[in-house]
Amino acid sequence: MAAAGDQVATGRCEHFPHDADIGVRGYGATPDEACEQAALAMMAAILDPATVRLEQTVDFALEAPSLDLLLVDWLNALIYEMAERRMVFGAFHVKIENDRLKGRALGEAVSRTRHAPAVEVKGATYTELAFVEDRPGLWRAQCVIDV
Amino acid sequence: MDVSRFEKLSETAWRIAPFGDMRVPAIVYATEDLITEMDDKVFDQVTNVAKLPGIVRASYAMPDAHWGYGFPIGGVAAFDADEGGVVSAGGVGFDVSCGVRTHLTHLTREQVVSVQQELADALFEHVPAGVGSQGEIALDEQGMNAMLLGGAQWAIERGFGRPEDLDRIEERGCASGADPAAVSEHARKRQRREMGTLGSGNHYLEVQEVAEIFDDKIAAAYGLVKGACVVTIHCGSRGLGHQIGTEYLREMLLSAPNYGIELPDRELACAPIKSEVGQKYLCAMRAAINCALANREIIGHLARQVFARFFAQEDLPLMFDVSHNTCKVERHAVDGETRQLFVHRKGATRAFGPGHESLPEALRPYGQPVLIGGSMGAGSYVLAGVKTSEPQAFSSACHGAGRRMSRHAATRTWGGRQVVDELRAQGIIVKSPSLRGVAEEAPGAYKDVRAVVDSAEAAGLARKVAFLKPLICVKG
Repeated sequence: MAAAGDQVATGRCEHFPHDADIGVRGYGATPDEACEQAALAMMAAILDPATVRLEQTVDFALEAPSLDLLLVDWLNALIYEMAERRMVFGAFHVKIENDRLKGRALGEAVSRTRHAPAVEVKGATYTELAFVEDRPGLWRAQCVIDV
Repeated sequence: MDVSRFEKLSETAWRIAPFGDMRVPAIVYATEDLITEMDDKVFDQVTNVAKLPGIVRASYAMPDAHWGYGFPIGGVAAFDADEGGVVSAGGVGFDVSCGVRTHLTHLTREQVVSVQQELADALFEHVPAGVGSQGEIALDEQGMNAMLLGGAQWAIERGFGRPEDLDRIEERGCASGADPAAVSEHARKRQRREMGTLGSGNHYLEVQEVAEIFDDKIAAAYGLVKGACVVTIHCGSRGLGHQIGTEYLREMLLSAPNYGIELPDRELACAPIKSEVGQKYLCAMRAAINCALANREIIGHLARQVFARFFAQEDLPLMFDVSHNTCKVERHAVDGETRQLFVHRKGATRAFGPGHESLPEALRPYGQPVLIGGSMGAGSYVLAGVKTSEPQAFSSACHGAGRRMSRHAATRTWGGRQVVDELRAQGIIVKSPSLRGVAEEAPGAYKDVRAVVDSAEAAGLARKVAFLKPLICVKG
């Protein structure tokens, strides 16, 4: 995790402040990588992703009318699967083509002792939502998550 | 926020005249100090709400207002269906019907302190809290539908609570107009194992001492006695409400252009009340309200079970249960005419004054209890609704202290162990599965709750009745 204000590099994620909730932001050389990093930022709001064993996979196929809505759908799909399967995730693979996302999340059943999750994420919001190419080869995917 | 952007109406009321696409003014109830402390985003959000179709009178922000999503947290707005008014999933939020309830005890502080650690351990063990916790109640399809229709009444029929509790819950524990068919399969699945769970974040179960009484008459009517202890529970509609919020926000966002609605902020996603999407959302949201009411009733029952182990004579009568993330149909006087309005309260508490027909007979002369959750260290307040709140803000008041620091900043400022130890030195036992979660909820991350409730009282939104100091705090 990078702290807000660190020098921007691709393949990084960070949190940005929000009064009540948490902003999650992923950077990547491609939209795919930025989306993966945004998911990692969300997981890092809950626990230390490095503590998650990559034992199970969950696959996703999503479609949205725009790239930024696809980001919110992706994060909300992860939130749903975490809640329904009682899982936490530690790694992600994303492929986006024409506002369609195919994703895979890797993780394991949540352990209250080993993961000590800090918060439960209720939903990804449209607040501070952006999924843009800041400069050639640097994509930024971000929004506020409600915790 | 810069107070120079406001017209000062009084020491605790500040007006923003309509500009741009605003249909009505915005009014913030707070002292100059509290307004100065608020993020500029509160200004943007309270004025954006004023742009929504069919909004009546004004867009309001309570003294605990802070940057939310769409609406500010602490936002209140009413809409008239006959004037193209909207219902907004963003105006209710993800945690539909999140709220607070307080149970009374006859226990003194000394009695609780004599078993404080054991009681804290037992509550933490018996009330599922935190990520990954599960309730004992598994709901099948039929049970889920019955719960979504029945709310706290369903819980009581199942043995989780007592019939007399219903007098002390808004709408007698059951929101009418719920339709389980409007609740998706995903929302149902997310809730199957979450009945009777506290959740995480700022949700809690606290044992508190009534440390100060401000209004003897109303406190007596509420059953509050100085030096006695109470049990307060703060939580909402759990995964079901979160999923309903997620799904309908998206649906309203995508359908808004079809209704000719230009959203000033995508998080203000809304639909006309008189539309298929709007009606479907109202049916789902009311089902989520029932889920929250059932959830709090079950947790109250779990708390009663724990207390019975320590104090056999204690039956923890319910003082009141009130929600602070809702849209409710209410009748209000507007320019001398009584109108039916859809009142959104996002992080704001309904605060009906004395004489209101919806209040139980025993409370009616005194006004509705308004339960204000503070931080783990600073304590909480019980207020009473007052008649002046009707014209001020459609009978609404604040709901908590309001954050002054982000979670990120809080964890950089305090360690979880440090917070636990400091509170223990003050006589407060904190139980939580996550020390980081405790750090995020550190008392210093919140505004001064006294300043917030003093503002609410000065603004004529509610009257101070009692101050509650925590002794045990179970956090998710």
